[in-house]
Amino acid sequence: MTYVRSRFEHPSATPNSLGYTLRDYEGSLSTLGAGCGHDSISAAIVRACYELSIQPHRVAKLSGIGCSSKTPTYFLGQSHGFNSVHGRMPSVATGANLANRDLLYIGVSGDGDTASIGMGQFAHVVRRSLNMVYIVENNGCYGLTKGQDSATADVGSVSKKGSANQYQPMDLASIALQLGATFVARSFSGDKAQLVPLLKAAMSHQGFAFIDVISPCVTFNNHKGSTKSYDYVRDHLEATGAIDFVPMREEIVTSYLEGSTQEVTLHDGSVVRLQKAGSNHDPRDRSAALAALREAQKDGDILTGLLFLDAEAEETHQFLNTSPRPLNALSETELCPGAAALERINASLR
Amino acid sequence: MKKLEAVNDFVVKFANVNGTGSSSANSLFVKAVFRMGIPVSPRNIFPSNIQGLPTWYEVRVSEKGYLGRRGGGCEIMVAMNPQSMQRDVQEVTAGGYLVYDSTKPLDKKLLRDDIHFLPIPLMEISMREYTDARQRQLFKNVIYIGALAALVDIEFEVLTGLIGDQFKGKEKLIAPNVKALELGYQYAKDHFQCPLGLRLKCCDKVGERILMDGNTACGLGAIYGGATVAAWYPITPSTSVVDAFEKYANRLRVDAGTGAKNFAIMQAEDELAAMGMVIGANWNGARSFTATSGPGVSLMSEFLGLAYFAEIPAVLIDVQRAGPSTGMPTRTQQSDILSAAYASHGDTKHVLLFPATPRECFDMTADAFDLAEQLQTPIIMLTDLELGMNDHLSAPLSWDDKRTYKRGKVLNAEQLDKIEKFGRYLDVDGDGICYRTIPGTHPSKGSFFTRGTSRDTYAIYTEDGDKYVENMDRLVRKFETAKQYVPAPELYKQHDNAQAGVIFFGTSTEAAREALDVLAEEGIVLNALRIRAFPFNKTVDDFIARHEKVFVIEQNRDAQLRTLLMAENDVPPQKMIPVLNYDGMPITAQQILRKIRGHLHPATVTPIRKSV
Repeated sequence: MTYVRSRFEHPSATPNSLGYTLRDYEGSLSTLGAGCGHDSISAAIVRACYELSIQPHRVAKLSGIGCSSKTPTYFLGQSHGFNSVHGRMPSVATGANLANRDLLYIGVSGDGDTASIGMGQFAHVVRRSLNMVYIVENNGCYGLTKGQDSATADVGSVSKKGSANQYQPMDLASIALQLGATFVARSFSGDKAQLVPLLKAAMSHQGFAFIDVISPCVTFNNHKGSTKSYDYVRDHLEATGAIDFVPMREEIVTSYLEGSTQEVTLHDGSVVRLQKAGSNHDPRDRSAALAALREAQKDGDILTGLLFLDAEAEETHQFLNTSPRPLNALSETELCPGAAALERINASLR
Repeated sequence: MKKLEAVNDFVVKFANVNGTGSSSANSLFVKAVFRMGIPVSPRNIFPSNIQGLPTWYEVRVSEKGYLGRRGGGCEIMVAMNPQSMQRDVQEVTAGGYLVYDSTKPLDKKLLRDDIHFLPIPLMEISMREYTDARQRQLFKNVIYIGALAALVDIEFEVLTGLIGDQFKGKEKLIAPNVKALELGYQYAKDHFQCPLGLRLKCCDKVGERILMDGNTACGLGAIYGGATVAAWYPITPSTSVVDAFEKYANRLRVDAGTGAKNFAIMQAEDELAAMGMVIGANWNGARSFTATSGPGVSLMSEFLGLAYFAEIPAVLIDVQRAGPSTGMPTRTQQSDILSAAYASHGDTKHVLLFPATPRECFDMTADAFDLAEQLQTPIIMLTDLELGMNDHLSAPLSWDDKRTYKRGKVLNAEQLDKIEKFGRYLDVDGDGICYRTIPGTHPSKGSFFTRGTSRDTYAIYTEDGDKYVENMDRLVRKFETAKQYVPAPELYKQHDNAQAGVIFFGTSTEAAREALDVLAEEGIVLNALRIRAFPFNKTVDDFIARHEKVFVIEQNRDAQLRTLLMAENDVPPQKMIPVLNYDGMPITAQQILRKIRGHLHPATVTPIRKSV
């Protein structure tokens, strides 16, 4: 439970500090299956943006193809969105971000869109440390084409047609850690209390923020034998600790027992606080995060929560030393060197 | 034995080993000819490797100003590569000359009694004069340029002037280079009758022209055209486009106070990602481009379809090479016309630009950014290895400081305030081009969802067939509108008594121009038109309609431009006669002449041995 959330009794009607109500962050009605985990994630994004008082039109929503990639229509209706091609959202996001470093980029992808067809682009956007939030709505199957296994399906997980998967799964959180992602988390679409603060922290993070959200497919992957069903996931959840997110400008009022929390201050002054509740995980230790994921997997458990955060990290624009003003705002006088410079170039070519 | 004689009209070919530093020495020769006021056209014929394989540099000198590849061997061969010596000796025209390194004796089997051998102990001289191994190798090249200068009568001051320019800021290197030139020059003067019958003479046929390669011109065009995001994946022969963009951007686009860059270059993981980035950046209001070659176009096709259908500006510079597949990656062709025109699945059509000179590479690249934003669609510029990677004599680059960027129909916040309801795909003006908004413009108006799926005029997803058709038909209307925006074809002087029409484009232009001159001297009058863009406009339709026969000159096997003309202009195939070359070398006037003569006067033509 975060400090901000606890203030409101009827958040949908109460305006945030910018005067927007929760409704202002909603999108059109979902066309996914009733009970689909993806809709819970959309709702969590809506709430996170509302609570952070983000201007809706300063957000760009990007996606690839698949059920998950349809969801940007269902949140932030006042933001521009881009439903691109299968597995290629990272490159579109990269170009968009290079053009305007001032917007918040939220990429939504799925396990098929990221772990199969988009694996190459995913790996490279992580490497570049693009300043964006990258959410994978992970259900272990291809929903739009009727439930084929995806590359995140666990070995032995049974598909709706009854066959057990034999191929090794991709663990996207581990891969993101290995490729140098500076914010890595895993969550569950059914755990809003964890997902909302994680999303808020990811949105405030400067650099590449990755959240792998297990999001059961009620239609094709919610049966007995599947390791991505609601029942299985609920039975095997294990958390790194409860997450609090304290936005910049706000006072930390809740007090905790000494030694029971870890705090990381983000570049904008916001604070992410991990309440340890029995876990000794240090979210600043990349190797420990990888080891913890491996440990949980060995036992068939799903480790959720904030896994890793490097608040000092640099992002793509810092590597490139691009202008602090967005490139799309530069005028002709700043871009065109003019006739005299061209004459000098001509002279050098004679 | 006959000795060839010619002033300012011959071909010199340099045979070298790749990676031995010969190219800067060879370009010194070209620049000297250029500075003597004589039209010159060099061509680098190189292998796809880093070091060790044969490479050639073919230099045509033509006072008449013909800049196309002449073909038919060379008059002077500077044979520096033992590996290719046998074929290099064979390539010299009878009565011509072969310069070689006589430090080791020439294999007697290679000798010909109809050409003149000019032995120079290059390595021996270099070993004697220089101690460092790399210097010995490099200066050997400069020594043969010095010798050549004496043989063909290059003014020595022209060469020393060039060395001075080349090593400005590195003055220490001037003296040893000049010394190497002198060593070669003196050796030739002492041992051969200089100059040869083949010689240069200063003239004034260059004028204000410059010597530059097309890729550099494209890179500069992108700077002047306002590109801020370049996303690319390395591929021959396009790599130097982005290299040039980077080089000039670092000079011309860096904030003097802070050092911050007013541009971003991203080397993508592959061509798919490169095009994705270009689309993302353009969607977000920055002018962005990529450069690639045929294999890249194949990979970018999916994204090109998205940009066509979702109507996002994009600029793609395709420096064509010989395909299909990996093909001949270091040889030239004009063979991506159809794959570019119709890139991607479904009904797609793309705007194409065909530059023929570095000046046009510059102009068309800058224009491409205007066109992309005005038409809200990808603009594909089809240049090729011949134009992109070789130096060409070109009109100087020019820019009108009064010119402003044409950003097309983009609504700002004030304009959105005045609109009742924004519809991204509403054809308000009836020209097929709708109004777009850039993300982040207005707090409550103008946002929409860009998608590759079918949608209605308000960008809402729809599977309604009528709405889909309406949208597809509007895209056709937009393509019609594009005809007024794209560069018009160049119509050469038209004759009433012409026997046929000739159509060509890009790097076939110089060879075609030369062939037309020769035919005119023979009394064969033809009308000519150079295509500069697709969609073709009415001038092209009328030109084809006016002639009973139209020769279409191009550099691919399947006569792709001819196919495009027939498909888009409803022309009967019988009247369109293909004139083709697709061996990876630039088409020559001789190849064009043979085909046209053979077609117009089949009886009078005797078969000619295929030229080398």
